[in-house]
Amino acid sequence: MYKIAVLGEKESVIGFSALGLSVFPVEDQQQAHDTFRALTHDQSYAIIYVTETWYDCLHEQIEKYKDSVTPAVILIPGSGGTLGLGQSALDAAVERAVGANII
Amino acid sequence: MASKTINPTRMELTRLKGRLRTAVRGHKLLKDKRDELMRQFMDMVRKNRQLRKKVEEGLAGANAALAVASAVMSPEMLQQALLYPKQGVELDMELKNIMSVYVPVYSFKTRTADSADIYPYGFAQTSGELDDALSALSSVFQDMLELAQAEKTTQLLAEEIEKTRRRVNALEYVMIPELQTNIRFISMKLEENDRSTKVRLMKVKEMVLQDAHNYQY
Repeated sequence: MYKIAVLGEKESVIGFSALGLSVFPVEDQQQAHDTFRALTHDQSYAIIYVTETWYDCLHEQIEKYKDSVTPAVILIPGSGGTLGLGQSALDAAVERAVGANII
Repeated sequence: MASKTINPTRMELTRLKGRLRTAVRGHKLLKDKRDELMRQFMDMVRKNRQLRKKVEEGLAGANAALAVASAVMSPEMLQQALLYPKQGVELDMELKNIMSVYVPVYSFKTRTADSADIYPYGFAQTSGELDDALSALSSVFQDMLELAQAEKTTQLLAEEIEKTRRRVNALEYVMIPELQTNIRFISMKLEENDRSTKVRLMKVKEMVLQDAHNYQY
């Protein structure tokens, strides 16, 4: 049995706790790093949703888990609305597979 | 490319021909694999795009509702209301094999079957906006799960396609041409050897005949 984690700023993740997901509000970069590391080391999280606002400081760590089955790190828009980073992650995957961005 | 020292022998020629056969066959198979992976990948990308749009819209709505709720309620009240969740989610993951790439398939189970259990608070002291926000979140959750599945699958497929594409190209533009040049080189060399042996034999025959009968051509 796996769990689902949501990492991000407090305002946008707090609602998920009511659904029964594990919620990890973070406030600064160091805390984000540490939390993310703890989540990926703990094998019980299969999906980690990260808000786009924290992608900038976590992208190196996120990159490492791209090719492994667990955990799936998925970007979701934060409380400030979408920044289009999730879309560009998809474009990057297309570019990687095809060799050029064809869409 | 043929600069590497290769023995121009029949044995080497047979060996190289065998390798060329394997390489051509492997190249064909890998090309088919790449094409099929690509087809699956494109389907997945399309699905991913739709899901992402849906999730982003859904979450934007839920976040807006939550912002309204937090404006109506004090932060302490909000926190208290969501302090101890009633509902729990357990995620089950199975692996599906797409062209020898193992991709996850998620299914989730809620701890309690009652859909009203996402509201872990009494309705008396909380605002209705919070209820709206949570119901919006829970309706977008199914899509979020599918998005996670689609996105992970896309990433894993992308990696495999990249690998396969490199292999196909290496076979097509390096291995196979190299083997062909080497085979050509050896068969040329062998033919050349044949010819020189023939000429030598003719020459010897001529000399022998001359010695025996004073025969002249």
